[in-house]
Amino acid sequence: MDRAVTIEVSKLGKVYDGLTAITDLSFQVFAGEIFGLLGPNGAGKSTTLRILITVVRPTAGHATVLGHDVTTETDRVRSLIGYVPQERAIDRFLTGREHLLLLGALYHLPKHETIRRIEEVLKLVDLEAQADRLARTYSGGMKRKLDIACGLLPNPRVLFLDEPTLGLDVQSRLRIWDYVRGLRARGITIVMTTNYLDEADQLCDRLAIIDGGRIKTIGSPTELKAALGGDVVSLTVGAAEIPRLTTLASALKGLPAIRAIRPTASGMELRVESSEKALPAVLETVSRLAIRLEFIEYHRPRLEDVFVAHTGHAIREEFPKTEEP
Amino acid sequence: MPEYLQEITALTMRWVRRLSREKFSMLFTLVQPMLFWLIFFGNLFQRAADAQVVQAPSYISFLAAGVVVMTVLNNGLAGGVDLLFDKENGFLERLMATPIRRTSIVLSRFLFVMTITSLQVLVILGVAFLFGVRPATGLAGVAVILFIGLLFGVGLTAISMALAFSVKSHGDFFSVLGFLSLPMIFLSSALVPLAAMPTWMSVLARFNPMTWAIDAVRPLILSGWADALPRVGLVVMIMVAFDALCLYGSARAFRRAMG
Repeated sequence: MDRAVTIEVSKLGKVYDGLTAITDLSFQVFAGEIFGLLGPNGAGKSTTLRILITVVRPTAGHATVLGHDVTTETDRVRSLIGYVPQERAIDRFLTGREHLLLLGALYHLPKHETIRRIEEVLKLVDLEAQADRLARTYSGGMKRKLDIACGLLPNPRVLFLDEPTLGLDVQSRLRIWDYVRGLRARGITIVMTTNYLDEADQLCDRLAIIDGGRIKTIGSPTELKAALGGDVVSLTVGAAEIPRLTTLASALKGLPAIRAIRPTASGMELRVESSEKALPAVLETVSRLAIRLEFIEYHRPRLEDVFVAHTGHAIREEFPKTEEP
Repeated sequence: MPEYLQEITALTMRWVRRLSREKFSMLFTLVQPMLFWLIFFGNLFQRAADAQVVQAPSYISFLAAGVVVMTVLNNGLAGGVDLLFDKENGFLERLMATPIRRTSIVLSRFLFVMTITSLQVLVILGVAFLFGVRPATGLAGVAVILFIGLLFGVGLTAISMALAFSVKSHGDFFSVLGFLSLPMIFLSSALVPLAAMPTWMSVLARFNPMTWAIDAVRPLILSGWADALPRVGLVVMIMVAFDALCLYGSARAFRRAMG
C-alpha cells in the first residue's frame, strides 16, 4: 500500500551526558493516521517526541517532518506542527485566551487572524465559556482542552501529543479521545506518546512499542495482536499455593501446546497455540500436582500480551490483576 | 525583524500580565524589603553611624545609594526565577516548539526585569526624598543612576537566567541565590564605606562589582558631578567588562538549554 509519509525517522539515537535514551530508532508515520509511541516511563518515547518537535537534538541518525529535517530546518518544522505538552505546561496566571494570544504572536499571525482562530479552536475544544478565566482555576480536563487548543492554533499539519490523558478521569479521557479522532477526520496527522495500553489499543491506528530506548515492534494494534497468534491462558492460585508455582511451571514447560510462560503476582500466564488443546493438558498437570486453582481464564491476545511478548515484562512494575471485561 | 519584534513584545507582555495578577506578592517580596532597609536601617543607624566615617549629612542619605544597588542586585539575581518555573513545568518547551528566535525569550526577560528594577529604584529614591535625601546632581543624576543600575542588572540577570537553565531543581537555585546575596551586600560599600571596614573585608569588597556601582551612585546623590563623573566613567567600564563576562558565561547555558 502506497501512503504518503509524513514523518521519516532513521536510525535515531540520543545520548544525554553519557546516558543512552534511545538507540537506532527507525519508523515512518503516514499522512492522516494516529501514530502512538507506547512504552513505560523512561522508555525513550518522550525523547523521541522532543526530537521530532525540534527541542532536543539527536546525537545519531536523522528525522524529517513533512520532508523537513528536524535539526537543520527547525523553523520550517516548527511552523508546520502543533505541540500539546503534558498538562502542567500552563501559565497559571494567564487566562486561556491569553495563552492563545501569546502563541498567535509567536507563530507570527496577524492579530485579526489570531482572534479568528482563537474563536475557532475554543469552539472546537468547547472551552469558550472558560476562556477568560485564569488557568489556575481550571480543572485537569479544562487544562487539557486548553493544551489542545494551543496545539491547534497554528493550524498544524502534524500534531504532537505528549501523554494526552495522563492523570485524567474517565470522562475526560473519553472526550479527549473523541477530539483526537475528530482531528484525524480533519486530515491532521497525529503522533502521541502513551503508557496506557487501552489508549494505544483504542485510539492509535498504528503504534511502536518502545522499551529501553529501542523499538520492539511496530504495527496496528490488530496486526500486532494477530501476529502473536494463539491464545493466552491465565491461572490464579491461592496464596498458600504460590510457593509451588515453580514446580508447576517446570511441569508445564514440557507440554507441546505451551509456547511461553510468564509468572504473575498470584499465578502465571501461558501463551498457547490454542486454548482448546492446551486447557485439558494444563488442567491435567495441575490436578496431577494437586495444586488448587482459584481461577482459570483464557482470552485472545490483548495489547498487554503483545507488550509482554516483545519486551519480556509488563508495562507497569506491579503485575496487573487479570481483568475481565 | 517585525516578526522578532512581535515575539519580544508578546513575551514581554506575558511577564507584565503575570505581574498584574501577582501584584501583592510582587509588592511584598520585592519592593518592601528594600524599603525596610532604607527606612528602618537608615533611621536606626542615624545616631550609631558616625557622620565623619560615612561622610554624609545623615546615615539614610549615605545608605540610599546602597539600597538602590541592593534593589538592582536582588531583582537581577531573582530575574531568572520565572524562567526556572517555565523550564520546570514545561512551558519553556512549549515556547521552544514555536518558530521563534531563541533570543526572544531571554531578551523579553531582560526587558521586563530592567523595567521593573528601574521603577523600583525610582520608588526607593522617592522614599529617600521624603526622608530629606535630595540627589545633588538632580534629575540628570537620577537618569545616570538608572543607567548604572541597568548596566549592573544586565550581568546579574544573565547569571540568574544561566543558573535557572543549569540547575537540576529550584531548591538548588534558591540556595545558590541565598548564598550569594547577603555576602554580596555585606562585602560591599552598601552599609559602610570601604575606608571604615576591617582591611580583609575592604579587600574583598573591592572585587565586588556592587562596590563600584555604589561608589558611583553615592556621589551622584551626596556631592555632585565633579566628584561623581570620574567614578561614573570607571563604573561604566567595569560594568561593561562585568556584563561581557556574564553574558559570555551564560551564553553556553542558554545554548545548552535552548538547543
